[in-house]
Amino acid sequence: MKRIPLVKMVHINKAFPGVKANQDINFRVYPGEIHALLGENGAGKSTLMSILAGLYQPDSGFIEVKDKAVRFHSPRSALSQGIGMVYQHFRLIPNFTVAENIVLGAPDAAFLLHKQDIEQEISALSDQFGLEVDPAAIVGQLSLGEQQRVEIIKMLYRGCEVLIMDEPTTVLTPREVKELFKIMRRMSDQGKAIILITHKLHEVMEIADYVTVLRRGKVVGEDRIENLNEKTLTNMMVAHEIEYSQVDRAKPSGKLVLKLQDVQVPGDQDYMAVRNVNLALHAGEIVAIAGVAGNGQKELVETIAGLRFPSRGTISLDGEEIQTLPVKERLRRGICMIPEDRIGMGLVPNLSVMDNAILRNYNHETMNSGFLLNYKKISTYTWKLVQDYNIYLSSIHHPVNYLSGGNLQKLLLAREIDQNPRVLIASYPVRGLDVMAAESVYQILLQEREKGTAILLVLEDLDDIFRIADRVAIMYEGQIEEVLEVNQTDIDEIGALMLGADKIGVRYVETQAN
Amino acid sequence: MLRPKLIKRESESLLARIAVPILSIILAFVCGWIFLYFSGFDPGESYLRMYQGAFGSRYAISETLVKAIPLALCGLGVSLAFRMKLWNIGAEGQFHMGALAASGVALSMGDLSAWMLLPLMFLAGFAAGGIWGAIPGALRAYWDVNETITSLMLNYVAILWVDFLVFGPWKDPSSMGFPLTPRFSVNGYLPTLGTSRVHIGLILALIIAIVVYIVLQYTRWGYEVRVVGESKVAARYAGMNVARHILLVMLISGGIAGLAGMIEVSGITHRLQQGISPGYGYTAIIVAWLARLNPFTILLVAFLFGALLVGGFSVQTFGISFSIVLVLQGAVLFFLLGGEIFLKNRLVWVREEVR
Amino acid sequence: MGSSAVIALLAAAIVAGTSILYAALGELITERSGILNLGVEGMMLVGAVLGFIFTSNTGNHWYGLLAAMVGGALMALIHAFISITLRGNQVVSGLALTMFGTGISGFLGKSYQGMPIVDPFRPVVIPFLGDIPVLGPIFFRHDVLVYISLLLAFVLWYILFRTHWGLSIRAVGENPAAADAVGINVSRVRYLCTILGGILAGLGGAYISLAYAPSWQENMTAGRGWIAVALVIFALWNPLRGILGSYLFGGIEALTFRLQTAGISISSFFLAMLPYLLTILVLVLVTIRLRQEAGAPAALGVAYDREER
Repeated sequence: MKRIPLVKMVHINKAFPGVKANQDINFRVYPGEIHALLGENGAGKSTLMSILAGLYQPDSGFIEVKDKAVRFHSPRSALSQGIGMVYQHFRLIPNFTVAENIVLGAPDAAFLLHKQDIEQEISALSDQFGLEVDPAAIVGQLSLGEQQRVEIIKMLYRGCEVLIMDEPTTVLTPREVKELFKIMRRMSDQGKAIILITHKLHEVMEIADYVTVLRRGKVVGEDRIENLNEKTLTNMMVAHEIEYSQVDRAKPSGKLVLKLQDVQVPGDQDYMAVRNVNLALHAGEIVAIAGVAGNGQKELVETIAGLRFPSRGTISLDGEEIQTLPVKERLRRGICMIPEDRIGMGLVPNLSVMDNAILRNYNHETMNSGFLLNYKKISTYTWKLVQDYNIYLSSIHHPVNYLSGGNLQKLLLAREIDQNPRVLIASYPVRGLDVMAAESVYQILLQEREKGTAILLVLEDLDDIFRIADRVAIMYEGQIEEVLEVNQTDIDEIGALMLGADKIGVRYVETQAN
Repeated sequence: MLRPKLIKRESESLLARIAVPILSIILAFVCGWIFLYFSGFDPGESYLRMYQGAFGSRYAISETLVKAIPLALCGLGVSLAFRMKLWNIGAEGQFHMGALAASGVALSMGDLSAWMLLPLMFLAGFAAGGIWGAIPGALRAYWDVNETITSLMLNYVAILWVDFLVFGPWKDPSSMGFPLTPRFSVNGYLPTLGTSRVHIGLILALIIAIVVYIVLQYTRWGYEVRVVGESKVAARYAGMNVARHILLVMLISGGIAGLAGMIEVSGITHRLQQGISPGYGYTAIIVAWLARLNPFTILLVAFLFGALLVGGFSVQTFGISFSIVLVLQGAVLFFLLGGEIFLKNRLVWVREEVR
Repeated sequence: MGSSAVIALLAAAIVAGTSILYAALGELITERSGILNLGVEGMMLVGAVLGFIFTSNTGNHWYGLLAAMVGGALMALIHAFISITLRGNQVVSGLALTMFGTGISGFLGKSYQGMPIVDPFRPVVIPFLGDIPVLGPIFFRHDVLVYISLLLAFVLWYILFRTHWGLSIRAVGENPAAADAVGINVSRVRYLCTILGGILAGLGGAYISLAYAPSWQENMTAGRGWIAVALVIFALWNPLRGILGSYLFGGIEALTFRLQTAGISISSFFLAMLPYLLTILVLVLVTIRLRQEAGAPAALGVAYDREER
């Protein structure tokens, strides 16, 4: 019997201003298949799947579902054909309950909300696929892993047969990843097709049945997983061999630069975002903060930079307490930060590259003549940064938004490093960047480390932590329980700590399970 | 089947930037044409009379200029607040307070020399308008209270204050019941240019436009205002005091509108009276928006809208309500807002494949 | 003040608050869907003038009411098109709408200025309920539009919080991307809510010219549209709290009116300032208590562009 593909995408093209995101792509998925869509950031995976989910319209090409041509004008029409997507940034409404989020927009819903009926239906689905979640809980109060389960149930509730998952593991701890994979396997066993968008090879090797590899908007290879290995996949994914940089841990770190003692920071709502954190940072070392996003990392780094103030505890730089000093004073003393929010906090949207280059030192005498800004000097200064850090741009007078992600990040790095920092903080510095751009960011950071700067990174990818960091601090619910030497720990230990489990306790449970 | 589709442009279209405002004005007048036609007026003749009323004679042009001055100043005032994405729609009230305070000075210190009196009136007008702008500013800066509604509510309060004074304590006993104050002493009159009614407020508006431009583009403070306007988070990250900037900008924004009020009583009416503004403060919002907040364009657009006001007054004798001016203004703004999408997008017709 | 005076005052508060209630309910639904329409004042004026003109010419206030609703809807449609389809600036579009509405109403109503109305809405005493002491005269001896407005507040509350429609509306206002992802037509929901807002604002305007102060005067809404916008914040986007707020403002208006006729020595100009000052005060108190507009739809005033990256 000839197998009929659930979904077939033929000759798909899609362009955005300045990028050809998808070029002549053919793609098919069969029932019960876990199909990995593999590629670097910016390879066009998400665009392709957003087209399949009805969010974007292709410039040309067509889609067939079960051999019948379809045209999707909106996610609604895709859903009606049984195609649903779990986006990387969840599409959930935080102040609604789980049940409300799930029934939202359900096509055949009754006019009135029958809470009990709905909750029962959800429980049934949860049991069928092993997706544990409380239907009455408020979504905003759930962990990211739980929110993801809500998203999956939402799609199953609508009878989706094809489930697209966009980088589902980035927000999960290693343990949660294992659980997710179990759920995915269970869904595929029941005939659902699952498309896993990812850039992580080991995930593909672990879970996928079939792989399609994208590079720069084109399909560069596809095959069953049995015929592939990590090496062949890597070769397909990146055009040329990449020399991954690696921190040299042999070099001893210098003297103590930054010290946090018993720091407590209130969050935006009524809770403590950072609790009793103790942390020491030495010259010439990179300390990474690991943890699931939303566990106080953001508040912690903002407190060090002076954007928030601790309600208790001290922060000292070279032995001097700085926790009450304003941003400007901390900058002057050499605390620099690359925020998570590149455009919005780190860079000012709609202002020119030049205006952005001086955001942190516009007050400096070299940028001014009298009470006027000296744009001649500013222009020279900006060009110097652009050249020193290989930033590609057409004009320093253009709004900064015109730059690509990698160049934005380089501009940010250039500007902060030019302040000669004693302490450099960077949150998710390579998020969304392709391999080459990410590598150059890491190289700049490693050079800074060589110069003796104390570096604090918030990272999401554990692989990166093992390559780049000297030590790793695991943050969970606002606390840092352990700071470990990277070369004396492993993924399992970090993973357990990310879940907040007491180290010894977890090991005990695991031995019991075996 | 052909259907329209918007495609994002890689950069803003210069052509659209010029064409959209011009087309907006034209389209608004086309709408007005239809509106007048169905109301039983001869649109062609109405427009012709409006044109003649605004530009038809030396006097007409001077009247247009006279109206353009307060519009330009109020427009400059609100544009400053708009830069910071502060929706100060209280220019009307700030204008009234400026007029009120300047009149207070003129009426109580009329025997001072012009060299003393005019600067005092100037300061009083700026201060009163500034305070009127700073109230919503402070509420916004320190408690995050919506400045749109508060600034608008204060318009009504300011107008009622003026009404109270001109109907009550400051009323001219010889006014035969009309709600107006006595005339100022001549020392409180703003000098005119030649023999026309056009006064040196015109030059003042020009100077303020230049100052606003230089301050915003080339000073550190202007840089800070631009940064705060685009992103408050980025401003805090750069170590700027966001709340203080909000307060200060609202104060100056209100102050400039207050100056417009001072100039109006000192240059034109020479007294405080009911209804000193035919909605300058509101029209100024359109002026600023149409000019895309550029100070010099504001001067130009203010002239056009001054003409619209004068033209609107002149067709009243023709039986057409002055309200037609508001209709046209609203329509211009609609088209302008609607047209802005073409700055960042291109409209193309795509052929829908039927499969 | 005797008890009969208090009863009369409370009854007058309800009547004075009804036009604001209509407008506030309309704006509330509009804002729940994520659209900020600051043109309430303009839509009310158009409603008031059309209500008056059509009632005058047909002799039937129901035609007037219908015309007011259609007028409000058309006005809202302009705002909807600009802010939803063309993704224009909602604040400025609302201001334009106010200007436009003020102009249109002044223009159309010019020859009706000061004319008496033919067929105003008159109070109806509800049998039995109207005879209950105290409560009867306060609540049950009004014109039919008062009862409709109250009923409407309850109906809207029920729809918003107990039905699938309400869930969709709130979802669109909170996170349009999430609503879009589950197949809700964001634009359609926003269009419908904005137009409903316009219909209710038109009704609120017509209530003034056909029932509260049966006549047409230029600018006769006197800022009630703006008060309605402020009331939505006071009501925390909940229709039932909207009733409370509207009657509070109605009460202030009724009180100032009474004080003026009672010959109180405070200048009428200062009494007239009260509603505006009260609006500011209420706004300040609510905002300070709630911190950063808790309860406001998260996507309020933000256009939704599906392909925004």
